[in-house]
Amino acid sequence: MDETLLKTPLADEHVAIGARMVPFAGWFMPVQYKEGILAEHKYTREHVSLFDICHMGEFKAAGSGVAEALDAALARSVADQKDGVCRYNFLLNEAGGVIDDLIVYRMGAEEFFIVVNAARIEVDFVELRKRLPASVRLDNLSGATAKFDLQGPDSAAVLTSLGLDAAALPKYYHWAKFKLFGLDMLISRTGYTGELGFELYFDAAHAVEVWRNLLACPGVKPAGLGARDTLRLEMGYPLYGDEMDESTTPVEAGFGALLKLDKSDRAFVGSKSLRAKPPKKHLRGIVLEGRRAAHTGTPLLLDGKQVGTITSGTFAPSLGCAVAMAYLDASQPIPEDAVFDVELHRAVVKAKLAPVPFWTHGTANPKA
Amino acid sequence: MAKYYSESHEWIELDGDTATLGISQYAADSLGDITYVEIPAPGKVVAAGDILCTVESVKAVSDVYSPVAGTVSEGNSDLEADPGALNADPENTWICKIDGVKTDATDGLMDAAAYAKFIETL
Repeated sequence: MDETLLKTPLADEHVAIGARMVPFAGWFMPVQYKEGILAEHKYTREHVSLFDICHMGEFKAAGSGVAEALDAALARSVADQKDGVCRYNFLLNEAGGVIDDLIVYRMGAEEFFIVVNAARIEVDFVELRKRLPASVRLDNLSGATAKFDLQGPDSAAVLTSLGLDAAALPKYYHWAKFKLFGLDMLISRTGYTGELGFELYFDAAHAVEVWRNLLACPGVKPAGLGARDTLRLEMGYPLYGDEMDESTTPVEAGFGALLKLDKSDRAFVGSKSLRAKPPKKHLRGIVLEGRRAAHTGTPLLLDGKQVGTITSGTFAPSLGCAVAMAYLDASQPIPEDAVFDVELHRAVVKAKLAPVPFWTHGTANPKA
Repeated sequence: MAKYYSESHEWIELDGDTATLGISQYAADSLGDITYVEIPAPGKVVAAGDILCTVESVKAVSDVYSPVAGTVSEGNSDLEADPGALNADPENTWICKIDGVKTDATDGLMDAAAYAKFIETL
């Protein structure tokens, strides 16, 4: 392996149970275990899978004025976020481009927990530090914090079988503190699969024992980043680096409604640009004819002319066809029933716009 | 029937002048879960080393090469609906049959023992 790759505390555990390891965002990570991506995908949709997500980053921001400062630093409002609630948010540059997409957990009146993408930990930390006053302490807890995702319709039953009170389990996009295997854990009902699921945060020193204990629970199987990607693509969830980067705004990525730009005059870093400049492109879901996947950077052609670009795509195991996310140029009108040509390896296939999520039977949020 | 392997991980079995072709266990394992197999069309004429078709897995796209010259006589259309059969039993799942193959076409190929040694070097 490449010696410069970072390892989670579980790298040896993955190798020991037959994982295929690959580089991802600078980390040495399991893309799949022995059963393979398709089996892991299906098992997550139908039962429950455990994912090692220790590579992702966690910060704690606490101190006088932290809510107001984060409110001005991030694209979605933080000041009105209640204790116990998790909120998907964006760290933008002045031009409105996405430095990172992240989840903010309100821990108290003047304390927040922030979960960021693995490849953006250093950038985010420097940028957030600049935006927070001296009265706010910002700690990078990434190395000391383990993050496991327990995802699938049986995930709540696994937690209750381990002694957690079913009534105390957090609601969708909420968090709570628990003792599990004798350890303090922050557990949120969040995830990246579209299924009922939880994200567990705890002391990384106990990562191996918690991993073994959870895999020892009846019905729990490991799943790798390969299944994580097919699961998130079927939901149309963006992946930082594919669907979003510093030259893309959250409005372009389809999150304009969350920002409430017209409904308030709230100012935050990037808000002037977002209010002044119309989007140059729009992120859309695409369904391809057949099973062949279109990959990042593939042009979308309409009558021989490029009108967009695929940002990521895959064969969708739950649907039996290939799906993709793509940016369509905002400069030209594109009919909703347009039939695109997509050039794949030695073939051209037809593709159409489709609503996201592609997978509409997810169990993540019963109210959705 | 004797089975022969290419360095690009296809296998063939030659019966008279008809070759039956598939991909090796090693190739199937390397690709991971196969989600699509382009079925070669009957009548397609190939030279040894030509691209015969494309096989795609969740994480990879790979060409299948014909180790022999001839004309495709039949494709295994079962693979259209069940490409995963190539993972389940690659050494017994054929992709296509090629007619008009010369009897000395296997000369440059490896037998099972030689191929087993070859993949150890990879």
